[in-house]
Amino acid sequence: MFDDLRDLYQEVILDHGKHPRNFGPLAAPTHVAHGDNPMCGDSINVYLVLDDEGRVKDAHFDGKGCAISTASASMMTDIIKGKPLDEVQALFTAFHAMCTGKEEELPDNVDHDALERLQVLSGVKEFPMRVKCATLAWHTMTAALEGGGTVSTEEDE
Amino acid sequence: MNDASLNQALRGPGDNAAYDVMAIRRDFPILQKEVHGRPLVYLDNGASAQKPRAVTERMTRVYEEGYANIHRGVHYLSQKATEDYEDARQRVAEFLNAAGAEEIVFTRNATEAINLVAASFGRSHLKQGDKVVLSVMEHHANIVPWQLLRESVGIELRIVPIDERGDLDMDAYADILKEERIALVAMTHASNALGTVTPAAEIVRLAHERGVPVLLDGSQAAVHRAVDVRALDADFYVFTGHKLYGPTGIGVLYGKKELLASMPPYQGGGDMIGRVTFEKTTYREPPFRFEAGTPPIVEAIGLAAAIDYVTGIGMENISAHEQALLEYATTRLEQVEGLHIHGRARSKCAILSFTMDNAHSHDVGTIVDRAGVAVRTGHHCAQPLMDTLGLVATARASFGMYNTTGEADALIAALEDVNRIFG
Repeated sequence: MFDDLRDLYQEVILDHGKHPRNFGPLAAPTHVAHGDNPMCGDSINVYLVLDDEGRVKDAHFDGKGCAISTASASMMTDIIKGKPLDEVQALFTAFHAMCTGKEEELPDNVDHDALERLQVLSGVKEFPMRVKCATLAWHTMTAALEGGGTVSTEEDE
Repeated sequence: MNDASLNQALRGPGDNAAYDVMAIRRDFPILQKEVHGRPLVYLDNGASAQKPRAVTERMTRVYEEGYANIHRGVHYLSQKATEDYEDARQRVAEFLNAAGAEEIVFTRNATEAINLVAASFGRSHLKQGDKVVLSVMEHHANIVPWQLLRESVGIELRIVPIDERGDLDMDAYADILKEERIALVAMTHASNALGTVTPAAEIVRLAHERGVPVLLDGSQAAVHRAVDVRALDADFYVFTGHKLYGPTGIGVLYGKKELLASMPPYQGGGDMIGRVTFEKTTYREPPFRFEAGTPPIVEAIGLAAAIDYVTGIGMENISAHEQALLEYATTRLEQVEGLHIHGRARSKCAILSFTMDNAHSHDVGTIVDRAGVAVRTGHHCAQPLMDTLGLVATARASFGMYNTTGEADALIAALEDVNRIFG
């Protein structure tokens, strides 16, 4: 077995992949979007409830996907709960840079503890074809905040 | 049976000594390559096959010694290149057992060949309300061109289902053929996603009983077995060069002479015309009418070299070798825990589509790749089929003339890794 495979499929990821948190639709979401990764058939919905102050009060997802995309969605919905939107955005910027292996200056308001937790997904940077799996949930969440609809990984990145 | 001096790790116990697979492997330089520090095990032949030196050297020789634009050239090189290009057409005609080279149109790939028929035959012969019959297991290349024709002409599509094994439902097909206004059957000869080989001769016979012409998509079939378009009585037959160990950028449309002659040009440009004035242009006879502009000259010659290579070994021998591999790999795959093979048709080419209980196909693909094993994962450009099977994606191992049972074993070992990680 190879080290980069062990990095990619760490226990935490396998656990989130098999037992995703926050799985299933929300009864009364304020924001919803659908995301597709046409290359491998990952397909997810992200459901958000924002409170009056513009914080993420609740976040869920459902759909079908590989271990990486499921684990990423599961962890994302856990991590963004309670965060104001600008922090969520900063976290995505930092996470995206981490997945693509780019050394970018981190946004000031990034939550370093949260980023540390997301570090388990950084193994995808050795697997260029899998970066889209890790970022699909985040792109879909962003689409939900921007008014919903469908986002496809073939149209960005 | 095994030659100990050869690569024992690759040559497995089931390989036939009469078919010298190790000698064939030496003709393909890329097969000596390592991937991620492991010997390459290339099982993605259904997507595209590797090229023997006979093809790449032939193409290089054309560029270095005999290249110029073809047709209408009076100089030596142009005549030489024209000769080689038209010889290539003749070789393709022989390969398919067509009645003559004028029935062979060179295209960019099989997709373009189908688009050519849809655009040219479709717009001139089909009318609003006419029906084109497809199967549920078509590649997108044999779906979308007909949908474009539906938008432009107003044809309708009728879809033949498959049974649980993946065999075409011939009763349903016969029933559909009884409907009014069936105008064309466009059907795969072998499914890229399931490996199902369709009963092409029977498909054609039933259609012809009702006066309906048939296009067969031979993209997968023509690389795995000898194809005889006259025995099949196919009206159109398409395949692509790059899956037949030839170059990319070259495909073939076979069409019966009288059918091609009844069709208007596909694209306009140079080389397809009789006489051009601004008032009126006349078109050349087929196949030239359908080859506007400078064609893929060197690619066509490369395809002929690939045909020489495979026919030199013998399509029947290649087919027998691949069938033995398919049987061996099927048995071995069945022993992998939690693995399900999709596609159990009575007649199959050497394609194995599967899913695993523990792992999504994309994860399977990534893990086996790290062991040097190349398989394809996803929907295989057959999304309607995937929807029918209730699948999002499968992993697909597709075997070619140079694969070995040892390589099937390498795939199995890599799949055991998947189970170890996800178990």
